[in-house]
Amino acid sequence: MTTATPAGPVEDTGEAPAAGAASLGRRVLRSVLSRWLVFVLLVLVWQLLTARIQSPFFPTPLTIVGAAGKMWFSGPAGHLFVSDAFVANVLPSIARMLGGWLLAVIVGVAIGIGLGRSQVALDYASPVLNFLRSIPPPTLVPVFLVLLDIGTMMQLTVIVIGVIWPVLLNTIDGARSVDQVKVEMVRAFHISRPQWIFGVIIPAALPKIFAGLRVSLSMALIMMVLSELFGSTNGIGFELQFSQESFDLPGMWACILLLGVLGYLANRALLAIEKRALGWHNGARQNAAG
Amino acid sequence: MSRFVRGLIGLVCFLAIGEIVGRLGLISQRYLPPTSAVLTALGHLLVDQTFLRDVIATLLAWAIALGIATLIAVPLGLLLGSIPVLRTATDAIVEFIRPIPSVALIPLVVLLLGTGPDTKIALATFASVWPILFNTTYGLHEMDPQLVDTAKSFGMGGLSISLKVRLPSAAPFIMTGIRVASGIVLITTISTELLASAAGGLGTFIESARAGGNQMSQVLAGVAMAGILAYLVNVILERVQNRFFGWSEAKDA
Repeated sequence: MTTATPAGPVEDTGEAPAAGAASLGRRVLRSVLSRWLVFVLLVLVWQLLTARIQSPFFPTPLTIVGAAGKMWFSGPAGHLFVSDAFVANVLPSIARMLGGWLLAVIVGVAIGIGLGRSQVALDYASPVLNFLRSIPPPTLVPVFLVLLDIGTMMQLTVIVIGVIWPVLLNTIDGARSVDQVKVEMVRAFHISRPQWIFGVIIPAALPKIFAGLRVSLSMALIMMVLSELFGSTNGIGFELQFSQESFDLPGMWACILLLGVLGYLANRALLAIEKRALGWHNGARQNAAG
Repeated sequence: MSRFVRGLIGLVCFLAIGEIVGRLGLISQRYLPPTSAVLTALGHLLVDQTFLRDVIATLLAWAIALGIATLIAVPLGLLLGSIPVLRTATDAIVEFIRPIPSVALIPLVVLLLGTGPDTKIALATFASVWPILFNTTYGLHEMDPQLVDTAKSFGMGGLSISLKVRLPSAAPFIMTGIRVASGIVLITTISTELLASAAGGLGTFIESARAGGNQMSQVLAGVAMAGILAYLVNVILERVQNRFFGWSEAKDA
């Protein structure tokens, strides 16, 4: 797309600007390779260290993976080797996290666009928003534990309210930044409201919105775990709590690692979507700079 | 109408809605008390010794954890960020460790260290080292390499380049990292206080008010207090950043 332009400032992608596609490809390959090399070394050091100290609190990675396999991946071939515990605990957790996050995204973007395009409304709302977004999300768990009791409803509510702020505030920011020429052009051409919102405002706000999405996705993972540690009858957090109570250290470590893997994959997936959705944006910026 | 007046009206409306919803009794007042009851509870708590001790415990844990994390992450970042091979390695390590939600470590650290204040400080420190480290190495990566070359040609040694050239150029990014870390510390600290009942602090206060017969006005007063504290901490850090690093573009990075 912009391979001919000399290195413009490529922001946010984490890749060094390169002159040609081939060299860029090689660079990416090298960075991916070195990343996984570090990963393998890290696991190796971890294995050797834990095998040496023999502490019950720090099982070796092999033991942990063994425990994870027994817990979640010991099912019959017909079920893709997935065990009942996986269906009972891992899937509900993922569903709650993604469901809560998506709800927060829809509500956050909708309110954000409304407030971002109306200075008056924003003036009225902003002190309240500033206070509400300052409330540390974990404190919501006890509140909704009383209001809604233990269960999926409580967990979803806590996730939605806990993670909506980064999306909402970033959308407000993005919607405010639509440039004035576009606003006037839309007025001159009598463009319909849906077209105005979906064709102009959202694309203009998208880079900001994505920044909010990433923060709120990692927050959704935290709120999911916390709400399950607190009061739940299933989920990874529940399994973690259960392992703690039965002093099953490899089980606990397996849950922690699984949560880390989930967080990593969710973030990677969002990055991939962002790259597709904002390809035009980075390209345009590069062209403008080059 | 000025922005301030509008904001004030908005705030009053918000509190009034809380009052009306509470009084209507759609949900029992025991579960959702009106604003006035929450504010009264908060007023009483603000002169209550035990509550203030809890607030101070949380703030202290926050300050200690953020302080230790900064003292670990900045020198480490300066060291690792100055050497390209090590920087690649750190970035990879940070990338793999950061997605692990710190909250998931609470049950493990409780087994290791018990439920005292050590637990929340250790967890919050661990969780907040990563954003500061990441931003430090990122800041070093973003700086103009000519600065270092110039310093070298003037005969500056490795250590003084690190302290006098690299550290100041990365400082705005470090500050951004500290602000991100501050939020993470608060979340981790309060989560630990909620889950480990002996940890003390605001989280423990909220959770025991809930567990001890659902005293919702106390619970909500505690939540409001947490919100006010977090707001003030953020305003102070923002001021510091604008005062000292207003010149930099790294603020919004």
